[in-house]
Amino acid sequence: MNRNRINTVLLIEDSPGDVRLTREAFRQVDGAMRLHVAGDGVEAIGFLRQQGIHAHAPRPDLILLDLNMPRMDGRQVLAEIKGDEGLKTIPTVILTTSDADVDVEAVYLLQANCYLTKPVEFEAFESLVQNISEFWLKNVSLPRQIRSA
Amino acid sequence: MRTVLLIEDSPGDVRLTLEAFREADKSIDLRVVADGVEAMTFLKREGVHADAPRPDFILLDLNLPKMDGREVLAHIKEDEDLKTIPTVILTTSDAEADILTSYQLQANCYLSKPVQLEEFEGLVKSINDFWLTKVKLPQQTHGGRT
Repeated sequence: MNRNRINTVLLIEDSPGDVRLTREAFRQVDGAMRLHVAGDGVEAIGFLRQQGIHAHAPRPDLILLDLNMPRMDGRQVLAEIKGDEGLKTIPTVILTTSDADVDVEAVYLLQANCYLTKPVEFEAFESLVQNISEFWLKNVSLPRQIRSA
Repeated sequence: MRTVLLIEDSPGDVRLTLEAFREADKSIDLRVVADGVEAMTFLKREGVHADAPRPDFILLDLNLPKMDGREVLAHIKEDEDLKTIPTVILTTSDAEADILTSYQLQANCYLSKPVQLEEFEGLVKSINDFWLTKVKLPQQTHGGRT
């Protein structure tokens, strides 16, 4: 479905190491995709709402969201996205070190599209990001919504 | 053991899906209902489905008899008890309007059925590999009944 289009992904992640790994793993699967990074929840919401320095930010086709972040945590960011009529259709995938059942339950209640636990091992992490990229950017039909602004 | 509920009215697609899942993982408990009304009866454990298990994962076709897939999706995602079950749309439609409506109703993901047999099998296998192997699904702590 998405083969004729350049995919834009927003990664909301505060760990520079994980950002780097994610970027490399995505590029191996899809060299043309554009990965934008927001280092905390406040910046992520600014990007998604095209505020301030993000006035020209593109609308992402897919969001990867960490749960534990400075300033505004991932649960709050998820609640903002899924409570916003303009943003709720963007598939939002949780990618976090937590594998606590309470976190899993809470994010599905907030209507996260899926929940993935970051593996500790470097190679397993890389392979998981490749799986995300293969599945979400190649198999899934993503919504093509024109921004309402 | 994972329980998957397939809501699908085409016997051919049911058979293909069953076979592709079994090839990927024999331990999956795949339940099938052929229309939207029966799907809701199953999920709410009513009538003949009083002893139905809570599915870990739902595969939902859009065009179904009696109650269509969009309505089933809306019911699932408005129900505090059912909304946490990941619900993946698997349909022949690749219309932009169907894709957008499904995500607005909070479908967890939308997949178009490929026409070619082998591609369809490959897609079902990728659903199994991703959703039932990689993704962390909610635990079964709901609803009182076991």
